[in-house]
Amino acid sequence: MSPVYIARVKEVAARSIGGEMMIMSARDSTLFSLNETATAIWQAADGVTPLAEIVQRSLCAQFEVDPATALRDAEELVEGLAKHGILKLSDQPIVEAK
Amino acid sequence: MSGLIQEMSDKAQRLGIPLAVQFDLTYRCNERCVHCYLDHDDHGEMNTAEIKDLMEQMAEAGVFFLTLSGGEIMMRRDFFEIVEHARRLSFCVKLKTNAVMIRQPEADRLQALALDAVQISVYSHRDEVHDAITKLPGSLKRTIAAVRLLVERGVKVVFANVLMRENFQDYSGVQALAAEVGAEFTIDPTITPMMDGDRSILNLNIERAQLQQVFRDASILGTSPQEFCAPPAGPPTAEDAQNMLPCSAGHTFCYVSPYGDVYPCVQFPLPTGNVRTTRFLDIWKHSPQMTEVRSITISDLPVCSTCSHGGGSCSRCPGLAYMEGNMRGPSSQDCEKSFVRTGVETAGMLIRREARSIDGLVQIRSAAGPDTKAESLQNCL
Repeated sequence: MSPVYIARVKEVAARSIGGEMMIMSARDSTLFSLNETATAIWQAADGVTPLAEIVQRSLCAQFEVDPATALRDAEELVEGLAKHGILKLSDQPIVEAK
Repeated sequence: MSGLIQEMSDKAQRLGIPLAVQFDLTYRCNERCVHCYLDHDDHGEMNTAEIKDLMEQMAEAGVFFLTLSGGEIMMRRDFFEIVEHARRLSFCVKLKTNAVMIRQPEADRLQALALDAVQISVYSHRDEVHDAITKLPGSLKRTIAAVRLLVERGVKVVFANVLMRENFQDYSGVQALAAEVGAEFTIDPTITPMMDGDRSILNLNIERAQLQQVFRDASILGTSPQEFCAPPAGPPTAEDAQNMLPCSAGHTFCYVSPYGDVYPCVQFPLPTGNVRTTRFLDIWKHSPQMTEVRSITISDLPVCSTCSHGGGSCSRCPGLAYMEGNMRGPSSQDCEKSFVRTGVETAGMLIRREARSIDGLVQIRSAAGPDTKAESLQNCL
């Protein structure tokens, strides 16, 4: 299975308010609130680090979760965020996000 | 307000985070609107580096919604550098502009910035009325040309229609123009005093009968006039009054002038500090003035806490009250609006009327000699 790369979309506003990431899409002014784990993934979405590595490094270590379960949940989460247009997914590194 | 935004706002208030800031980049302007509350001379605006540093401090403090306004923001040569920096810092940016300097290249750059919205002042759908207010010939044509460029590029445009005697009859025309060009429409029926306290421009305010018409126009209200103009719900309970805050000024919102002065709100000119000498977050958290504003709940308002309008129909602005001399007092402009809305006099109006009659009695007495009580009464009003 090829690795998944994730990058934050530039066309959003984002701010951590008391540890919770608030993201507003410029496309339709929809506001999203990410919980602590989703925030960790969002913040690590640099376009060049594979999702599996992000999960391993940012989630498993921090939240003491099973790597396979965490990866499955993370894949579901990033697909959802991509559908809402606030995250980009690719099977190649996303260089423009740097 | 959507549920999530309300939740975010409540959380910011609990944590003492300045969630939203209006930052005026300049007071200079290419228009000379008859109702403007600003002095348009440059008394030492912050430079690009100072502004970038301030915005970095704001991002660190948790500011999410950043409104850049003026004056005319595009009078600054570094305007795009500033907005681009704001977007790099992930602010949700709204611009307030007259748009006359926006042509195709500027519209392209604004589109690329993924702004939340661009709010544009439109006073009339007729050139002669709009241009007479802005005192800039050809301004409506240029503004509307810019609006079309922005809307074509998918930028959200909001018309701000400030009502005054000169343009009252045109608000339906502006509303129709907004619909035609694909812009949203907002209306503001209140002319406020100048920031230096000069109240002469209040003469431009629309008349009571005209305000009544606005408050009964379903196309503007977004709710039924019956609901909007329903009789006041009565004063808040003592418990509610202890927990209710006058507004977001100083709680989750503040205003920064082009000179770095920080105020609780653009309409609340109580100086709380200057970012050229004190860090933004220190002013926000520790300024005695900001702390005082933040300490006030509805129960601390001697008149308004007992007013029958306090439970809902009143939109009292503490800044306007401050400009009338007492940030804990009523604001006569808001009393008037609540009265026009419901047909019921506010506590502030009743007290003023009573004071006028007392004042009359005192004047009769003072004819027989100086009466210091008269002066002290006057000062209380």
